[in-house]
Amino acid sequence: MSLSRHINADEVIEKSKEHQHRKHTASLGRQTVHQSWSRDDAAGVPKYTMPKVGINSKAAYQLLHDETALDGNPLLNLASFVHTWMPEEANKLIIENMNKNQVDLDEYPAATIIHSLADLWKAPKEGKVIGTSTAGSSEAIMLGGLAMKKRWQEARKAAGKDHYHPNIVFGSNAQVALEKFARYWDVEARLVPVNASTNYVMNPHDAIEYIDENTIGVMVILGSTYTGHFEDVQLMSDLLDKLQERTGLDIPIHVDGASGAFIAPFAYPDYKWAFDVPRVVSINTSGHKFGLVYAGLGWILWRDESLLHKDLIFELHYLGSVEYSFTLNFSKPASPIIAQMFNFLNLGFDGYRRIAMKDLRNARMLSRALEATYFTVMSNIHKLSARGQAELATAEDTDEPELYERGLPVVSFRLSDKFAAEFPHVQQAWIQSMLRTKGWIVPNYNAPEGETDTQILRVVVRETLSEDLLERLIVDILEITEGLMDSSTAAMLLQNQTLHQPDKEHGRPDNFGSTGQEEKQQVGFSRPC
Amino acid sequence: MALSKHINADRLLQEARDKKSKSHSHFSSLTQRETPNSSSFHPYGSRYGTTSVPKYHIASKGIDPDSAYQIIHDELALDGSPLLNLASFVHTWMPSAADKLMIENMSKNLIDGDEYPATQIIHNRCDAIGTATTGSSEAIQLGGLAMKRIWQEKRKAAGKSIYEPNIIMGANAQVALEKFARYFDVECRLVPISVESKYRLDPKKAMEFVDENTIGVFVILGSTYTGHYEPVKEMSDLLDEYEAKTGHSVPIHRPCATPKLLWDFKIPRVVSINTSGHKFGLAYVGVGWVVWRDKQHLPKDLIFELHYLGSVEYSFSLNFSRPAAPIIAQYFSLLHLGFEGYRSVALNDLKNARLLSRALENSKYYTVLSDIHRLDPAVVDESDIESYVPGLPVIAFRFSDDFQAQYPEIQQKWIQTLLRARGWIVPNYELAPALEKVEILRVVVRENMSEVLIERLVNDLMEITEDLISKDSSTHALDILGRGHGAKHERAHGQLDDPGSTSSGTYAKTC
Repeated sequence: MSLSRHINADEVIEKSKEHQHRKHTASLGRQTVHQSWSRDDAAGVPKYTMPKVGINSKAAYQLLHDETALDGNPLLNLASFVHTWMPEEANKLIIENMNKNQVDLDEYPAATIIHSLADLWKAPKEGKVIGTSTAGSSEAIMLGGLAMKKRWQEARKAAGKDHYHPNIVFGSNAQVALEKFARYWDVEARLVPVNASTNYVMNPHDAIEYIDENTIGVMVILGSTYTGHFEDVQLMSDLLDKLQERTGLDIPIHVDGASGAFIAPFAYPDYKWAFDVPRVVSINTSGHKFGLVYAGLGWILWRDESLLHKDLIFELHYLGSVEYSFTLNFSKPASPIIAQMFNFLNLGFDGYRRIAMKDLRNARMLSRALEATYFTVMSNIHKLSARGQAELATAEDTDEPELYERGLPVVSFRLSDKFAAEFPHVQQAWIQSMLRTKGWIVPNYNAPEGETDTQILRVVVRETLSEDLLERLIVDILEITEGLMDSSTAAMLLQNQTLHQPDKEHGRPDNFGSTGQEEKQQVGFSRPC
Repeated sequence: MALSKHINADRLLQEARDKKSKSHSHFSSLTQRETPNSSSFHPYGSRYGTTSVPKYHIASKGIDPDSAYQIIHDELALDGSPLLNLASFVHTWMPSAADKLMIENMSKNLIDGDEYPATQIIHNRCDAIGTATTGSSEAIQLGGLAMKRIWQEKRKAAGKSIYEPNIIMGANAQVALEKFARYFDVECRLVPISVESKYRLDPKKAMEFVDENTIGVFVILGSTYTGHYEPVKEMSDLLDEYEAKTGHSVPIHRPCATPKLLWDFKIPRVVSINTSGHKFGLAYVGVGWVVWRDKQHLPKDLIFELHYLGSVEYSFSLNFSRPAAPIIAQYFSLLHLGFEGYRSVALNDLKNARLLSRALENSKYYTVLSDIHRLDPAVVDESDIESYVPGLPVIAFRFSDDFQAQYPEIQQKWIQTLLRARGWIVPNYELAPALEKVEILRVVVRENMSEVLIERLVNDLMEITEDLISKDSSTHALDILGRGHGAKHERAHGQLDDPGSTSSGTYAKTC
């Protein structure tokens, strides 16, 4: 991506311009900027510095509005877990509160949500759950990890042992935020490799081998972003119980429920993964994924306030009252919390359940359609569970998610071995590019450490992906795949496609300060999450 | 905060309800599936007119969106008016065209760089080597983290201990700076403030705290207490001397509230700067920035490569998915206002702040601690900004010594409560350690604090103060109100019974 290999597009554009002497009339502030606008007002606006004199608000609006037209359509973005639609009334509330700071928001909405989540996640009634909203799951995971680190440090200090070499254990299918936590907070990340036989998620039996006295905790992922599989919290806990009997090590579990903590309570209410497993000390989730709120909201809850180290809590004296803060951000928009509250009222348990069931049903339909044609599906939610095999034929409601294997409404698939053998010239990555030309965003990427040779296409089935759209998607995928079978197709040209985006290179790192040490290989999963 | 000390408001309400309305018991079971009530589509629909909305769990059945909207909308009416909230630095007004842009992009995620390349490009135009953050807290922590990592690498290379880093800042620091220290295991060395140091970092005193384990100095451009700028140049010069003496190079990170003073990097020791787009960057809440002088000061170790949809992105932030709208709003302000526009807004803020300062001082009831209204004695042109002491458009003031001597029974914190009753939010609080005996009232003059509003505020302040002076005024009865907002039953939920943490002394106001 180094610039020198490319034509400098900025330079070319600059040379191609007519350099007329434009007169700028000096204007001051908003008050004197004329409200009516000339249509070419925005011409010649500098790109990398602040313009000396501004343009009127309408022209600024139009310029940015038009530029954002190049962005992908959030509805057709099947790569992201992030929710992109809310009812009109919710939009109205958000707009009304656009300028409100969460710090100034009454605590009632957030407190209500935290209590409702504690209830959904089966927190013991006798404990005193504590939690906070965050900007997203990244921040929430870091806080969860940080709390575990502080507790470990304290215990080690009390025992007079070295407290400088902590480590944390999680599957190599982890989202990048988990690895970020480790690196930013000087905690060694011990990645448990995954492969097809472990369903591309961490196998608790493997994880045990990575644990020692310096392990601050295990992060168990409820809903791998690769394939949607749930990691087995209960089994991990059982194995850690045995470990404790053997060695005395008491290792806590943090559940990364970024997606799953808003699916499991509704689709699988009897499934044990949350605070009903005593070893689980904290859980995080994203309000902006299956919490069905726009980007900008995460949650983390601790089973009991004693688990949140006192060091992490800041007492804020503000306007005569006392607030407590334990987040990495301070001022942030209030509207996502208000939107979450709206969903809780509007949907209730039943509404969330119906949406989760619909997502899963649609995901099953897509899975079956793919499996029946040229693809192998790696996600499992369309496969019958033991209960399903026994009961499906007689079941009243074939939508009951427990009839199928548990997981997120995510469909991960690849070209079948048979297809690959028959059409070896077809690269799976082309499907991503060809779908993009039809508007769909479906990423193609390598499976996690341990199985990196496998490539996966992935579709996240969100609320907005209706059955009707899904049918269109299936038609497009099949049409594209069949087009690719023909080796003369123009798709061959795609082989060499790498987009050159000069704008992106500006201000981009090409040679960051070398830290002198050998560069660490990053393996964490880096999809938006 | 222990509940037991208070009346349990929930129980109180429960007992006060009509006994027959026990029908809401069906909310208690989550898995129970009953047929939905015939819910009305009127905002104050019959359903929730008669049963209560569950507070501590999610209702088994939802309600129609109109009712949900109305319930939340009404509840939020209790929040203060952002316009009259003079406690906060956070910007609360944008032109309608900006509102429209934000609404259009409400559902967009900044991180989807490839899906939304335009948004990403805008982001890149805003900064060189740097990143957008949710706010200054995140930005400060990233700045501190980079300094910590560089220090660690240096120490490792020299074969020395990497486990006892420390960082230096004035005791007037905002809480985010101390949060960085505590969360990232860096010892926080707070330099006490004094009247002579103008309530901010004293560089000479700071030097007493510097040693080989110092990862850097946080210099604050615009103390949130009084708006004073800390002397970066002097700090840098002293650190130059120190380096010449001992060979230890200590970098400076500079949090600052306004982007108008970007000459900062002219001082070679300044390695990174953060700012809040949502303060004097004139965008709504949700955008901060941190910029590093060059790539050498941002350790590669902290940067994550994201391979996504065939392109490579770099991420160095504490959040991942985040709304794109605040970044778009920031770019809107840069385009719309330009340098001239920002300057004009800043000059206007400062002019209004001077107006308020002079009015307070002329009243003789108050002493003003901030200095932005004080003229350089050598200059005569009162309209030239360069004639005044530089600082943020912030006014910190307190009862004058004369006033206190004459009316010792009047407590300054009553002013906060009495102003609140008129809609204004003006906080009263103690200064930072070493001066914690001094209480100040503080007003932040933002763009939407117009001259007209300043006049209203001065009127209200004078009226309230004089009411307090007149002995027969019933406002004396408000003595009890001085303790704050009364018991907060709702707040007790999900909060700590016994937080165990004590106020550390750093500044914990909204920022």
